[in-house]
Amino acid sequence: MNEVNNMLEIKDLKVNIEDKEILKGINLTVNAGEVHAIMGPNGSGKSTLASALAGRDYFNITHGKVSYQGKDLLELTPEDRAREGIFLGFQYPVEIPGVSMVNFLRTAINQKRKYQGLDPMPAGDFLKLMREKKKVVEINSDLTNRSVNEGFSGGEKKKNEIFQMALLEPKLAILDETDSGLDIDALRIVANGVNNLRSPETATIIITHYQRLLDYIVPDFVHVLYKGRIVKSGDKTLAKELEEHGYDWIKQEVEYGNA
Amino acid sequence: MEDQEKILSEVTDSDYKYGFQTDIETETIPKGLNEDVVRLISSKKEEPEWLLESRLKAFRHWQSMKMPKWAHLTIPDINYQDIIFYAAPKQGAKYESMDEVDPELIDTFNKLGIPLEEQKQLAGVAVDAVMDSVSVKTTFQDTLADKGIIFCSFSEAVKNHPDLVKKYMGSVVPYTDNYFAALNSAVFSDGSFCHIPKGVRCPMELSTYFRINASNTGQFERTLIVAEDDSYVSYLEGCTAPMRDENQLHAAIVEIVAMENAEVKYSTVQNWYPGNKEGVGGIFNFVTKRGICKGDNSKISWTQVETGSAVTWKYPSCILRGNNSVGEFYSVAVTNNYQQADTGTKMMHIGKNTRSTIISKGISAGKSQNSYRGLVKVLKGAENARNFSQCDSLLLGDKCGAHTFPYLEVDNKSAIVEHEATTSKIGEDQIFYCNQRGIDTENAISLIVNGYAKEVLNKLPMEFAVEAQKLLALTLEGSVG
Ligand SMILES: Nc1ncnc2c1ncn2[C@@H]1O[C@H](COP(=O)(O)OP(=O)(O)OP(=O)(O)O)[C@@H](O)[C@H]1O
Ligand SMILES: [Mg+2]
Repeated sequence: MNEVNNMLEIKDLKVNIEDKEILKGINLTVNAGEVHAIMGPNGSGKSTLASALAGRDYFNITHGKVSYQGKDLLELTPEDRAREGIFLGFQYPVEIPGVSMVNFLRTAINQKRKYQGLDPMPAGDFLKLMREKKKVVEINSDLTNRSVNEGFSGGEKKKNEIFQMALLEPKLAILDETDSGLDIDALRIVANGVNNLRSPETATIIITHYQRLLDYIVPDFVHVLYKGRIVKSGDKTLAKELEEHGYDWIKQEVEYGNA
Repeated sequence: MEDQEKILSEVTDSDYKYGFQTDIETETIPKGLNEDVVRLISSKKEEPEWLLESRLKAFRHWQSMKMPKWAHLTIPDINYQDIIFYAAPKQGAKYESMDEVDPELIDTFNKLGIPLEEQKQLAGVAVDAVMDSVSVKTTFQDTLADKGIIFCSFSEAVKNHPDLVKKYMGSVVPYTDNYFAALNSAVFSDGSFCHIPKGVRCPMELSTYFRINASNTGQFERTLIVAEDDSYVSYLEGCTAPMRDENQLHAAIVEIVAMENAEVKYSTVQNWYPGNKEGVGGIFNFVTKRGICKGDNSKISWTQVETGSAVTWKYPSCILRGNNSVGEFYSVAVTNNYQQADTGTKMMHIGKNTRSTIISKGISAGKSQNSYRGLVKVLKGAENARNFSQCDSLLLGDKCGAHTFPYLEVDNKSAIVEHEATTSKIGEDQIFYCNQRGIDTENAISLIVNGYAKEVLNKLPMEFAVEAQKLLALTLEGSVG
């Protein structure tokens, strides 16, 4: 195994919510330069995995290890994980009334810079950066002048996640159903945003229910999460199979295998 | 925006930053309150007979009164015999030049960010600095005098402008008004006086900075602002006190008179010591603030940011007597730990076409109690009166309380009165969303709270808005997580 390439390594991760085991031993390795897609039926634990990686505190990690760029990820606070380059595109982005997008993102960028021992970004540079990235994700100026997600439509919220990702330039992006509720154009824009970020130094985990996003962002690996475990992994053709046949055959395999 | 950044980086600072005490020789009178004490204060200040008489009248009235109990506050009994009613830094009360001022004093005000040397001051702000019972220094007096503006300590005004003081003092807040107004009228020590002549726009912010230093003392200052026809002034008041275990009493009066077409903006950043995290110590803040829009088309606007004090009892009000006059009240009140605030306003519509706006933003954290109490009264003759009130409460955590007590008395059918109220909570989801973008919890709260209070903070003069934002963040430090 190439240590330098190894971005994220999850080993036998078990997670509880209020004594109920949701993740029952996840193993997953993501190397720099790769795109992984995670699929799976509703309620199988996809968002739980994403949130646990981001550091949401009401999850109880009962077992397992996660290393991120050689660091023990579970030791880091959520904000430090973010500053170390982990970005979570939320399945349900949160509204923060009264806090302007500009203020929010400036604070985010400067807190990260502070963590890295850098001076705050001059206001002019920041506004230039905003303009640049706005173009990339074709987001309306109107939206970035408003409060964070307040009154945004479902699709606008998702686009805003990608805009923030573009601005914060993460090393590991975890996108939780960012494609749900998007129209065709928005889908293309989101895909562009992700593909722009793609490089040998970055990695992406895409959680999705639909093959169509994977037409734009071609994954290196596809995993199926079912009842808290990754029960099947494959290449992009696995996503096509799922689209055609649904999850039943996998469920059967699992139940049969368990029996 | 650079300022925003500075604020955010300072959030993680200390607790109460202004809690130090100045080691300076202080002249005090013995504890306790009786007629002799009232006479002693008056003689210390070399006051004329009429003023002593007025003090004594107020004192006798106060003795017949009881402390009001209607506020949503739990206050231990105050022993007035255990309080010192006059304390002054030694040396002459007032200094002619900077060389005469005790370096300790200069240092104190420097530490508070209020340099007394004019050349070091923010251009455009004249300051009257009051420590304990006396005014220490008033800056830029000459510049103002050129325009005919009087800005000086209350004691000086009594000496140099007795007619004005006699005419207006007590005309808006009579000593009979309430318990603490009566007390103040009997024992008030110093404060600021300001007179803007007809047709003059005051070219700079006028500001009074109140500092309690001596222990066991009460502070009882009085401010009087008179704006003649067609004049304008913006006035700012700030205050701090050292940290002490015992409670200290502050009971002030502010009176504003606005004549025809005059406009007065009065802003307060109240940051008296709030007590420690267990609720020990802190200032009891009982203040009567009231302005009268006497002339037609006049306007009085109160903006307050209340972050300090163990107990706050305060209702800056407007009497809208002139036709077309306008009253405004913008307030942010933050309470944390065991702080209690009962604050709001009274808008009395008397003249025709009078308008008032009330925007109140309460923020409660810890085990604190935060109440808005407001009265909108429209009298019979007030044709076409308009009021809009908005009272929002923001809760951090579930051990604090937010309460709204709006009172409405409308005696004219043409009045339009609107009231809106909301209560919201800072959600875990919001905090986590910020965390995930690299923003720590303190900064997340600061962002959310300042966003919430923006409407009011925007009303403050620029320099003070920045100061106020910092304060909000500091007050709420450690309130989540
Ligand atoms: N905060 C919570 N409290 C209680 N149960 C929870 C909580 N969050 C998730 N769960 C439960 O954990 C399980 C996994 O949920 P999760 O959101 O991870 O599923 P998912 O795979 O993302 O589903 P979907 O495809 O519908 O988004 C579900 O049964 C859900 O009800
Ligand atoms: Mg999900």
